[in-house]
Amino acid sequence: MNNVKLLKKLILTSLLMFAFAFALVPLYDVFCDITGLNGKPNMEQAKVSANSDESRSVRVTFITHAQAGAPFKVKAKRYSVDVSPGEMERIEFIAQNLSSSDKIMQAVPSVAPGRAAKYLHKVSCFCFNQQPLTSKGSADLPLLFYLDETLPNDIHEVTLSYTIYDITADVKGKVASNSNSDGELTNENSI
Amino acid sequence: MTTIAESHHHHHAPTGIKRWLFTTNHKDIGTLYLLFALLMFLTGGAMALVIRAELFQPGLQFVEPHFFNQMTTVHGLIMVFGAVMPAFTGLANWMIPMMIGAPDMALPRMNNWSFWILPFAFFILLMSLFMEGGGPAFGWTFYAPLSTTYSNDNTALFVFAVHIMGISSIMGAINVIVTIVNMRAPGMTYMKLPLFVWTWLITAFLLIAVMPVLAGAVTMVLTDKYFGTDFFNAAGGGDPVMFQHIFWFFGHPEVYIMILPAFGVISTIIPTFSRKKLFGYASMVYATASIAFLSFIVWAHHMFTTGMPLAGELFFMYSTMLISVPTGVKVFNWVATMWRGSISFEVPMLFSIAFIVLFTLGGFSGLMLAITPVDFQYHDTYFVVAHFHYVLVTGAVFSIMAGAYYWLPKWTGNMYHIGLAKAHFWLSLISVNILFFPMHFVGLAGMPRRIPDYALQFADFNALISIGGFAFGLSQLLFVAVVYKCAKGGQKVPAKVWDGAEGLEWEVDSPAPYHTFSEPPEVK
Repeated sequence: MNNVKLLKKLILTSLLMFAFAFALVPLYDVFCDITGLNGKPNMEQAKVSANSDESRSVRVTFITHAQAGAPFKVKAKRYSVDVSPGEMERIEFIAQNLSSSDKIMQAVPSVAPGRAAKYLHKVSCFCFNQQPLTSKGSADLPLLFYLDETLPNDIHEVTLSYTIYDITADVKGKVASNSNSDGELTNENSI
Repeated sequence: MTTIAESHHHHHAPTGIKRWLFTTNHKDIGTLYLLFALLMFLTGGAMALVIRAELFQPGLQFVEPHFFNQMTTVHGLIMVFGAVMPAFTGLANWMIPMMIGAPDMALPRMNNWSFWILPFAFFILLMSLFMEGGGPAFGWTFYAPLSTTYSNDNTALFVFAVHIMGISSIMGAINVIVTIVNMRAPGMTYMKLPLFVWTWLITAFLLIAVMPVLAGAVTMVLTDKYFGTDFFNAAGGGDPVMFQHIFWFFGHPEVYIMILPAFGVISTIIPTFSRKKLFGYASMVYATASIAFLSFIVWAHHMFTTGMPLAGELFFMYSTMLISVPTGVKVFNWVATMWRGSISFEVPMLFSIAFIVLFTLGGFSGLMLAITPVDFQYHDTYFVVAHFHYVLVTGAVFSIMAGAYYWLPKWTGNMYHIGLAKAHFWLSLISVNILFFPMHFVGLAGMPRRIPDYALQFADFNALISIGGFAFGLSQLLFVAVVYKCAKGGQKVPAKVWDGAEGLEWEVDSPAPYHTFSEPPEVK
């Protein structure tokens, strides 16, 4: 093989590896999605559950914390609930905007233990959408969820944690460059 | 291939600074790389001394915590990308063409480029320290969100500096591969290649595979920070843990990039001064290839505490431990080479033996860190610092010193001052252990790394560590003196400097003429 040919191949390999670094981003999500690793819960709207397994009960706890600097206070009205797998449960969260300007918040869920993530189905969730809150305003945010009946028997407790982010600046920036949007953006870039 | 070699076979070479700026000669470029690496080694070392001065006593004495963080960050970046990697590239430039009987590197102009962009990278990086807000302070691993949300605006300079370093090492690696594949002397089959050439060939493939991934990671940091992308921002659907996966997918092969050429140097020196053939040549080649392969499937052992599932932790624990098998093959082969050899203790051999003992020690602490449950205790403590300094300082750096002392007479035609060189060795050996060994203890006791202050109970050990640090740092000035004196003059040496040495590089005169092997040698 002459030098130039080999050189071209090696440069091509380098470029492909550069592209591979970016390909790792979707691959990472696909991998987490399939395996349910990393506590990344399913962000797709689940169908309602028809039947439930009354023979066992799992405690689901809800915790939230606002990212440093995010002026929000979000709290579940009930700290924890006992549910049977398959049983649908509705939880209300109260979200407050502590600042004196209009803000948009985004909640990002995470499930512990991580392997329970793929068994937690959300029929509706405030985390599916960006939530605008007026200054000093508050809102009731619902979550409708159930645990899959195939949840492994050794899981007795599941914690659903929401991290609350202030995405006002990001959204405003994107709105400015996207004229057909009215600020109520859908959450298509999530996950 | 011969046309390229002959095209620069002219005899009106420029002199003065232009000789070095425009040179396409592998020996000149090798020298440039080695001198640049030495300069960076001293620069990064000075930063380490700032760190050790601050840590001599508990409390804050000399520097602000923010500046301390810049020192740990830039020390790491400079030592990895500015000292160890260019030093090995310099050795490769000097020795690979001579070892395989080639007249020069295959792509001499690219060789010139790959060196000359490097000083600019480090100029940019070092200058950012003097700008408002200071240089990078997020650790050489630049974890997001430290490098995205919490970094200052000079981060772009860090990103571009890393880009240039990456391009430089990719070009260097391409050159090494093309040279080894295309320019071996007739009869020099792959399984006759000297081990230094073999280890560098595999290293070059590792470089091509992972340096672009590093470039991708810094590019994502750049766009996250300045252009509103959300690769590592959970609020926008990204994931900061993914940064660590991408970084360590580069980072773990990177540590083998820094140690495989060291294995090659040691495998060259040990047989010379044991006056025996290297034990298990083929197994050395296969062990090197196995280590290179395994380096791609162990990256998450740097991330055991990020909350990985049990299956992942077990996989990465076992695959990491598996690396000790081919590494063990190497260590036992070196020991078997020395077994019943007529050993003499010249300076390169002293460094090589120190390498075997101390690198193995670093390997053992690495094995301890691989054990997931105990890693939770060791993670981010000085135990980790002790581990990677044993493998990188008494490993990679000692092997570079060994290589320099081994080939310096060939490069200059003069024998160096052996007394000074031995003083350099013994002072380094003693001080480096005073410097790094106690770090194991304070690490196990829970002293966290990258913090400018510490709890009182660590005070005595830290004072001792700092004394070792300054002793080791100052001892390296002896090395500078030895090299300078040797370049200026000294006892003339014959073509075959060491009587037990084997290889084509010992068939050319000392000092090695500007052009060697214009006629390919016959390899039997």
